[in-house]
Amino acid sequence: MNSLETFLFTTDLGIVILTILKSLALIVPLLIGVAYLTLAERKVLGAIQLRKGPNVVGPFGLWQPFADAIKMLMKETIIPAGANRALFVLAPLLTFGLAVTAWAVIPVSNHWAIANINVGILYIFAISSLGVYGIIIAGWASNSKYAFLGAMRSAAQMVSYEVSMGFVIVTVIMCVGSQNLNDIVLAQRHIWFAIPLFPMFIIFFISGLAETNRAPFDLAEGDTEIVAGFFVEYSAMSFALFFLGEYANMILISATTTVLFLGGWLSPLPFIPFTWIPGVFWFVFKIFVCLFVFIWVRGTLPRYRYDQIMALGWKVFLPISLVWLVMTAGFLEIFGMLPHA
Amino acid sequence: MSTTMPQPVKKTIEIDSHTINFGPQHPAAHGVLRLILEMDGEVIERADPHIGLLHRGTEKLIEYKSYMQAVPYFDRLDYVSPMACEHAFALATEKLLGITAPDRAQWIRVIFAELTRVLNHLLSVSSFALDCGALTPGLWGYEEREKLLIFHEAASGARFHSNYFRPGGVSKDLPAGMEEELAAWCESFPKFVDDVEHLLTGNRIWKQRVVDIGIISAADALAWGFSGPNLRASGVAWDLRRAQPYDKYAEVEFDIPVGKNGDCYDRYLIRMAEMRESVKIVQQALKKIKPGPIKIQDRKFTPPTRAEMKHSMEALIHHFKLYTEGYHVPAGATYTVVEAPKGEFGVYLVADGTNRPYRCKIRATGFSHLQTLDKLAKGHMLADAVAIIGSLDIVFGEIDR
Repeated sequence: MNSLETFLFTTDLGIVILTILKSLALIVPLLIGVAYLTLAERKVLGAIQLRKGPNVVGPFGLWQPFADAIKMLMKETIIPAGANRALFVLAPLLTFGLAVTAWAVIPVSNHWAIANINVGILYIFAISSLGVYGIIIAGWASNSKYAFLGAMRSAAQMVSYEVSMGFVIVTVIMCVGSQNLNDIVLAQRHIWFAIPLFPMFIIFFISGLAETNRAPFDLAEGDTEIVAGFFVEYSAMSFALFFLGEYANMILISATTTVLFLGGWLSPLPFIPFTWIPGVFWFVFKIFVCLFVFIWVRGTLPRYRYDQIMALGWKVFLPISLVWLVMTAGFLEIFGMLPHA
Repeated sequence: MSTTMPQPVKKTIEIDSHTINFGPQHPAAHGVLRLILEMDGEVIERADPHIGLLHRGTEKLIEYKSYMQAVPYFDRLDYVSPMACEHAFALATEKLLGITAPDRAQWIRVIFAELTRVLNHLLSVSSFALDCGALTPGLWGYEEREKLLIFHEAASGARFHSNYFRPGGVSKDLPAGMEEELAAWCESFPKFVDDVEHLLTGNRIWKQRVVDIGIISAADALAWGFSGPNLRASGVAWDLRRAQPYDKYAEVEFDIPVGKNGDCYDRYLIRMAEMRESVKIVQQALKKIKPGPIKIQDRKFTPPTRAEMKHSMEALIHHFKLYTEGYHVPAGATYTVVEAPKGEFGVYLVADGTNRPYRCKIRATGFSHLQTLDKLAKGHMLADAVAIIGSLDIVFGEIDR
């Protein structure tokens, strides 16, 4: 070990610096990913809708996200007269902050995570549940009826879908015997959980759509009903933070789906030409596939109504996930496949 | 509660409905609808539509214009289906004048009235879908509309405000080759309708959003003055093209799609079916249309050609008189209706023997549909109100006039 490594890995200051560097190494590509996800969404939707999408700024519109960012930064942040100023400003920060924080435990490749903690999955679940606060605070602090309706809708929706998401996660944990995301991925060396737990995979992904307020569950925004919902009063960078938060959450849910069901960084076929490709590539590739489905769904489906979302969450997903949980537990017990039995 | 007088206070909790202002700058307000919604949470207790934000005094303006100058005002009524509005006025004036347009003009009118119907239903269905959150049909619809607007432009010179159907015929003949292009369009268009149906008709979310929403019975629909697709969705097979045919509608065969439940879904299905019927009518018209004059050959109503004016003094005088004074319409009154894409579009025209209408009352189709909004939306949720407005196909150009 040379002196730099000694400094970084042993001294307190070194560990802090190392963690900051690791965080930057994750957050910077993440933010670039978010920026280009907005472009990808517009391009894919454009293709679905027989249009071109952004194609003016730079080649194939590639500089569009930067143009958008500059525009957002240059605009005036308007705080409505009746708004609660502190909370109004806090809400977008909270939403965006939480969307980034959750990434701390996501293993990008084997043992490549900022914090490889043993309750990684619980951590993600907790952080993504907190996301609803950003929305409620925004809706309440705006002091606007449309925003308030949006916040109410969003709160009810996110709480409902977290229940079935919880059961899905419990099923996965049961199959692995660990809450460490790294272990969860390694447990899928032989078969991805998407195959034996197929219904749970579908439920998790659809709940993910609901969790991120994406179409067809985008009624918290519901642009044709409540205009823009909880962020109707936001402008400039505070609006952009909500926007970034939403897209960061989309990537997060895709990453979580990848880790839980699609074998994380593992290559789809476990032999030579595929295993040469580094795990990070597979991980990013699988996230891309999930994100494409996110956008595809948005281009295809109409929006659910408020009560229909509740009905779907409580009357369809919850029973199915419960039954599948019990069935999985029974199966594992009968065939003696419980991990630590 | 007062802090200075700490007495036990009787607490009464009043749960008040809250009102929200839906529009006039609302993305789903279809123009400038201002809707005051009294809500209990998400459920609508009362919907109070306010109109008049697009009032331009069209009817009064027409009283101060010659009959020929009045035509462009009709384009601006229902700006989604401009030619249908012109059609009613052209027919009303012709009736008062006691003239009929030549055969070719009548066929051209039938063709363009049906293209207008498709144009209107495309926007109606696609914005309805957009209101319910389905983005894609909307943009597909615009793509198809663009093709139709190119036909509009080729024939009349304008995409929207075409000023094409005139009393006594149409303003210009179809450009060369257009009949073939129209025939080709008739071949390709049903594929598009199939595509949209594929996205929506069987879509479970779409059905959840629109089936059994905003139901109106046949009796109620008649009592509230419904007409057009909205009436037919309630099960009344009433179509003015069949009931009292005008122009060449008696010579074409088409079906009248009729709904059963009178809900948003039926209104959507009727419009999809009507687009297919319109294509059939256009195809028949293209087979039957023959070359010939496109304006009545009477110099008292039709201006002479430029070439004629170069050598005929009489033609010059006719031209001058028509473009300054216009023609005089014998005293009388008529209520003439057409089956516009949205329903019965009527013009009540009173002539007093001068060159200007004494009165021109316009029966807007959307007005009677809009008035039922409270009845239809009561008890439904906010998102349903949006679907109902979308399914009624409301355009404020004609409602506010």
